Amino acid sequence: MFKVLLSRLGQAALVMLVVSAVSFVMFRYVGDPVATMSRENASVEEKEELRRSLGLDQPLVVQYGRFLTRTLSGDLGISYRNQRPVTALIAERLPATLELVIVATILSLALGIPLGVLCALKPDGVAARLVQALSLVGISTPTFVTGIVLILVFAVSLGWLPSFGRGQVVDLGWWSTGFLTISGLKSFILPGITLALYQLTLIMRLVRAEMIDVLSSDYIRFAKARGLPTRYINFRLALRNALMPVITVTGLQIGSLIAFAIVTETVFQWPGMGLLFIQAVSFVDIPVMAAYLLFVGLLFVLINTVVDILYAVVDPRLRARSA
Amino acid sequence: MNAQSIPALAIDSLRVEYPLANGSVFTAVENASLVIQPGEIHALVGESGAGKTTIGNTVMGLLEKPGRIAAGSIHIDGKKFDAVKSSATGIVLGRDVGAIFQDPMTSLNPLFTVESQLTEAMRFHLKLDKGSARSRALELLESVGIPEPKRRLKAYPHQLSGGQRQRVVIAAALSCNPKLVVADEPTTALDVSVQAQILKLLRDLADSRGIGILLVTHNMGVVAQIADHVTIMHRGKVVETGSTEEVLRRPKAAYARALIGAVPRIDQRLDRFPVLGDEGKGRAETARAELRAKAGRSEADADETPILSIENLCVDYTTSGWLPGSTGHRFRAVDDVSFSLRSGEVFGLVGESGCGKTTIANVVSGLVRPSAGRVLYRGQSIAGEGATRRVGPLRQAIQMIFQDPYSSLNSRMRIGSILSEPILFYRLATSRAEAERDVTRLIEAVGLDADASQRFPHAFSGGQRQRLSIARALGARPKLIVCDEPTSSLDVSVQAQILNLLKDLRDATGLTLLLISHDLAVVRQMCDRVAVMRHGRLLEQADSETLFDKPQHPYTQELLSLVPTLDRIRGETQAA
Repeated sequence: MFKVLLSRLGQAALVMLVVSAVSFVMFRYVGDPVATMSRENASVEEKEELRRSLGLDQPLVVQYGRFLTRTLSGDLGISYRNQRPVTALIAERLPATLELVIVATILSLALGIPLGVLCALKPDGVAARLVQALSLVGISTPTFVTGIVLILVFAVSLGWLPSFGRGQVVDLGWWSTGFLTISGLKSFILPGITLALYQLTLIMRLVRAEMIDVLSSDYIRFAKARGLPTRYINFRLALRNALMPVITVTGLQIGSLIAFAIVTETVFQWPGMGLLFIQAVSFVDIPVMAAYLLFVGLLFVLINTVVDILYAVVDPRLRARSA
Repeated sequence: MNAQSIPALAIDSLRVEYPLANGSVFTAVENASLVIQPGEIHALVGESGAGKTTIGNTVMGLLEKPGRIAAGSIHIDGKKFDAVKSSATGIVLGRDVGAIFQDPMTSLNPLFTVESQLTEAMRFHLKLDKGSARSRALELLESVGIPEPKRRLKAYPHQLSGGQRQRVVIAAALSCNPKLVVADEPTTALDVSVQAQILKLLRDLADSRGIGILLVTHNMGVVAQIADHVTIMHRGKVVETGSTEEVLRRPKAAYARALIGAVPRIDQRLDRFPVLGDEGKGRAETARAELRAKAGRSEADADETPILSIENLCVDYTTSGWLPGSTGHRFRAVDDVSFSLRSGEVFGLVGESGCGKTTIANVVSGLVRPSAGRVLYRGQSIAGEGATRRVGPLRQAIQMIFQDPYSSLNSRMRIGSILSEPILFYRLATSRAEAERDVTRLIEAVGLDADASQRFPHAFSGGQRQRLSIARALGARPKLIVCDEPTSSLDVSVQAQILNLLKDLRDATGLTLLLISHDLAVVRQMCDRVAVMRHGRLLEQADSETLFDKPQHPYTQELLSLVPTLDRIRGETQAA
């Protein structure tokens, strides 16, 4: 187990090195930062001065080395747009996105798994057919359409729920949470559903397919032949086997939810990472974009490692192999 | 058996139907009756599609929808089985009826411990608490002969061998003291020596606990060894039933006679296997003669140098280490094996699973690289030291027939394309038209109709597919064919046909065959010389007759004594 962990960490470090190189190249070569940062009528001397102060006159390797040391010490540069450290910007926005993603993931697991099991157990039932049909709608409707329709119905027409923002947030030192106020909780509902919908249908369909497979396996037939109660067979013996691939998919999906919550955050004006990124793109705010790239890379590497370890916890066969 | 005792199972004129999509009805079992007394083993025998598994599943309450019991009755321990609910009042499946499945590798849930899977039925049916269920599980594991039962309780299925897993399955079946156990092909997936142990265990359990056992199997040898009564089924109907000795020694029905005759004998060698019906000689003979003319026996065939020699072959399998480039564990699958094949002979390689026989087949066909030693084809190294790259004629000379005919033909290609592929690839025909004529000739030579070339593999049965695999191998006009368990997934009567076909083709085209098998009877019938392997080593090689009549190595002797055969019928050995 320790060996496997060590090799996984080595691989992770390698991936991060590549990502940082890409991020650096982007930082250095997409557009001229000096032109973006200086006043329109700045003289050549002023520009050169700025270039020197940013260290852009140094050789490439030195620049990359400096970039790496700075990154490792947590300094991701200063945003061109609002002249604040990128690290601070991300730290400020991260809680909003993470909380939204946690809500969406819990929602999709809590609904997706039972619905998937239902569809697998009674494939010809009315409920299963309805769920199947709806899931097709869910998987094929673009996120922004779902979001806008939800806003139209629940915020504009009915006026039950807020249409944008996080509501009131409570500051817990370095973390600001929306879980502790009524308006904060209410604000989660619409964007949470919007973000969860795609993942929900994905998990439901996956669980359904896996369950159907597992239910026809020999060990489930053997369990039936031993006369065990149906509920016990379905929910303890079969479901555990069916959830193996769900772990992988959920893990990867959490990654993409955090990285690509952009559309949902834009629709609901949610002050998270996605919105930060969109604003950075429209202003060619290279440090923010580069930091975002690094952050997303780190996130995926971390999640993949966690998923691998989880797999070994759930499946005894993998435990033996890696021991 | 005293006549007053309540039978463990009584089936009376049972009829099981499957309604088909087009409104008609497929009758899987018709008018089947049988009675099993406590302590009796009753074998249900037949080829695939005979309906024997359907009866087993019905009794276990596992009849798959839309199958239904259309007529007749089933009594388990004197209690009537409800056809609609698929259960009997007072009878709890799992408590009163135990089940043993064919493949111990798949019948245990991989994510739960042995303890959890053994105790769950006791906790639900007997309402035992965790502690007493656990101590009973321990007793059960001891009674089925698992070493170190305490440690095994905590084990997961993948940590046990196939034989141990089947013992766990048997222990689970016995956990609630059933009256009846349904065993569906309980030893088919196991090696001969493990099979012998499991069969003995089943017999002991029937004798000591008075359990009635319904043994569903296709293996006549198994039946002869442990069953008291036999029922032979064919296409859903019972063709013969009676005591094991009566049925196996003096079968009355024509089908029963043919089925028993098709079982390969281990005690003496026959020229051909007796098969059902005629083999459609005429056209096949002509086609084979043409094949032979085309192959054109070259001078090399007559010469005395071995066609294939394997010299000090070693194969290691290594797991990769956690750093790129480093190696982890090393496993020696083949250890210093040498033998050679003379032109035109059938050479058998036998051994239990994991003995390295398939690895040798893979080395010969170039699928695996040897770690040491070499393989020579007509004096030229083709694998290992000094090996030249296999090109053209060398590749063409060695062909392979695989075990599973279902996965060895590409299901998206028509038979015609499958068979013409080697012909066109090796440029054995000057035009497409000639290739097509060759394909027709090949199809006829393996005893199928020429219009087969227009169809896809799924239109053929397992035996027909294996014929087509043989035709494909022949298409390249090989000198040597490596057959890896060519008949182990086929029914006895189909196996007899395929083996006859291989013999005929060998005689007709002067092929050399390397036959890999775990079935000693098949090897005796087919091979001129035989080599026995164990744990990657070659223990003994000799002429087939010598090896079977006077085996030298103790392992060979043990193997031969363990094969369940028709000549050792239970009733008779006890009387003797």
